[in-house]
Amino acid sequence: MTMPVIFERSVPGRIASAPPAPDVPDVPLEAIVGEEHIRSTPPALPEVSELDLVRHYTRLSQRNYAVDTGFYPLGSCTMKYNPKVNEDAARLSGFARLHPNTPAPLAQGALELLWRLEQMLCEISGMDRVTFQPSAGAHGEMTALMMIRACLEDRGEHRTRVIVPDSAHGTNPSSAAMCGFEVVTVRSDERGNIDHAALRRAADGSVAALMLTNPNTLGLFEEGVCEVAEIVHGCGGLMYLDGANFNAMLGITRPGDQGFDVMHMNVHKTFGTPHGGGGPGAGPVAVKRLLEPYLPAPTVEREGDRFLLDGDRPKSIGRVRAFNGNFGIFVRTYAYLLAYGPLLRQVSEAAVLNANYLLALLRPYFDLPYDRRCMHEFVLSGRRQKEQYGIRTLEMAKRLLDYGFHAPTVYFPLIVDEAIMIEPTETESRQTLDEFADALIRVAGECATDAETVRNAPHRTVVTRLDEVSAARKLNLRYTAAERRGS
Amino acid sequence: MFPTDRRYSRDHEWAQKENGRVRIGITSFAAERLSDVVFVELPKAGAEVRAGQAFGAIESVKAASDLYAPVSGSVVEINQAVVERPETINQDPHGEAWMVVIAMSVPEEWNHLLDAEAYEALVGAEQT
Repeated sequence: MTMPVIFERSVPGRIASAPPAPDVPDVPLEAIVGEEHIRSTPPALPEVSELDLVRHYTRLSQRNYAVDTGFYPLGSCTMKYNPKVNEDAARLSGFARLHPNTPAPLAQGALELLWRLEQMLCEISGMDRVTFQPSAGAHGEMTALMMIRACLEDRGEHRTRVIVPDSAHGTNPSSAAMCGFEVVTVRSDERGNIDHAALRRAADGSVAALMLTNPNTLGLFEEGVCEVAEIVHGCGGLMYLDGANFNAMLGITRPGDQGFDVMHMNVHKTFGTPHGGGGPGAGPVAVKRLLEPYLPAPTVEREGDRFLLDGDRPKSIGRVRAFNGNFGIFVRTYAYLLAYGPLLRQVSEAAVLNANYLLALLRPYFDLPYDRRCMHEFVLSGRRQKEQYGIRTLEMAKRLLDYGFHAPTVYFPLIVDEAIMIEPTETESRQTLDEFADALIRVAGECATDAETVRNAPHRTVVTRLDEVSAARKLNLRYTAAERRGS
Repeated sequence: MFPTDRRYSRDHEWAQKENGRVRIGITSFAAERLSDVVFVELPKAGAEVRAGQAFGAIESVKAASDLYAPVSGSVVEINQAVVERPETINQDPHGEAWMVVIAMSVPEEWNHLLDAEAYEALVGAEQT
């Protein structure tokens, strides 16, 4: 069943609310912005009543699939449940209504929260300092690479290359390229680790850094991470950790102890803040002492029982964002960490246990190209179904929707053919995992018994199979008057 | 399975010699792996490319990937039709969907490319 867009509900002259007459003198718009900036024809915005508006967006929200409505095993994305108490904390008026321009002496509570959170993140990561400015993980990657370059230039070294394994997140090579580095790809070995011989060949005096995701995108722990760090440090490069999968090692092992010099954290994947559409993001970056001088300014410092913003940092790479990041997200992070405290290790243990449990249920029915004990996620291959029945992974993923589950990540990582990447997270119960495994096993069975049903799935969803190819080739994102007339 | 009138790179590009120039495209194996191609980006005529380095990019509903030059040289011709109709890469990867023609600057690089038989063996190894 399709649903009209809000423009189709529009009736000229209809309004949702009538603001009261102003109690200040009316100033013509032309006098404020200048006539040349004012459009001569009004924009074609929908004109609807408040009730139309409420119904439209409520209906849209009911069609949404979210962690709050069902299991969401989207590998690499860590779609874990976000405890609602964190939202209460973030809405405390002292935090929520604090103006970002409030002078430091009047924002002591907020600064203390950031200072304390920095201590916590340092303890968990084994790093020495943290910047809260980056707005997302990829922004953190870029910030880190800028610090690495500043550090190397300070040493008088102009290094031009960044090594990235083929099992890394796609943002790693793009961040390196955005920072002007040449990206060198190093292959994985048959166990899914970075190939040490290939790494040795690539590691020379031109290497600024290695960007490693650990556990990597195969959901596997980098077994020789300390040796990898020795190789990279041996050629004078720095070690960067993409901390997107930090959720697998909290309280068990620390990147700072594994030889990393800098890392970003995705607080939405690791510490239970909302994902994407749920609010603004944050990608704090933690560094070892050697990179501290280059941190974005200002930093939060403590002097006795006072907290202040230190902008006097001559070697800083400068600001990477206004103010101190998306502060409300850090209130949630802080609340999460206060709640878990010393139990944080159990978060990771449950995430790893859940993934291994699900893997054990599913492995008889699918190929497993890298057959090792997984961490918080694992990557199956739909190669068997493709070869035997001509059914692609995409089609099995679509069929899962009919059973009421969000599909896993498909076709990533690229080094696995017909990849099915599953990440249950620590917040799911055994019963949910069993139900999901039953559904996926049923789909695997249908490939043999009822291939057409799988091939044309989904059948029970609000909209059935979308034409992704046409959508990509003939991209059309604007609703225009011509379409309103039904052309 | 693969045409014998040309050679192949390990990155799944084909290269066909024509009067000292080399016509380049991606193999049917690569096209099949990518599935439906939705976008292709090619260099401008006159651009210099180096063997093993990216000269363009290709995007399908599944993935985005670089296009790697099998040989070094300067681009003398590009196939604008394939940019406008990327679906031809799935329909006729070894023919209509050629991408660029390169005037080779290092002729001996040709000898590093695989013949059809060797490429078929490489693809067979990747499939298992």
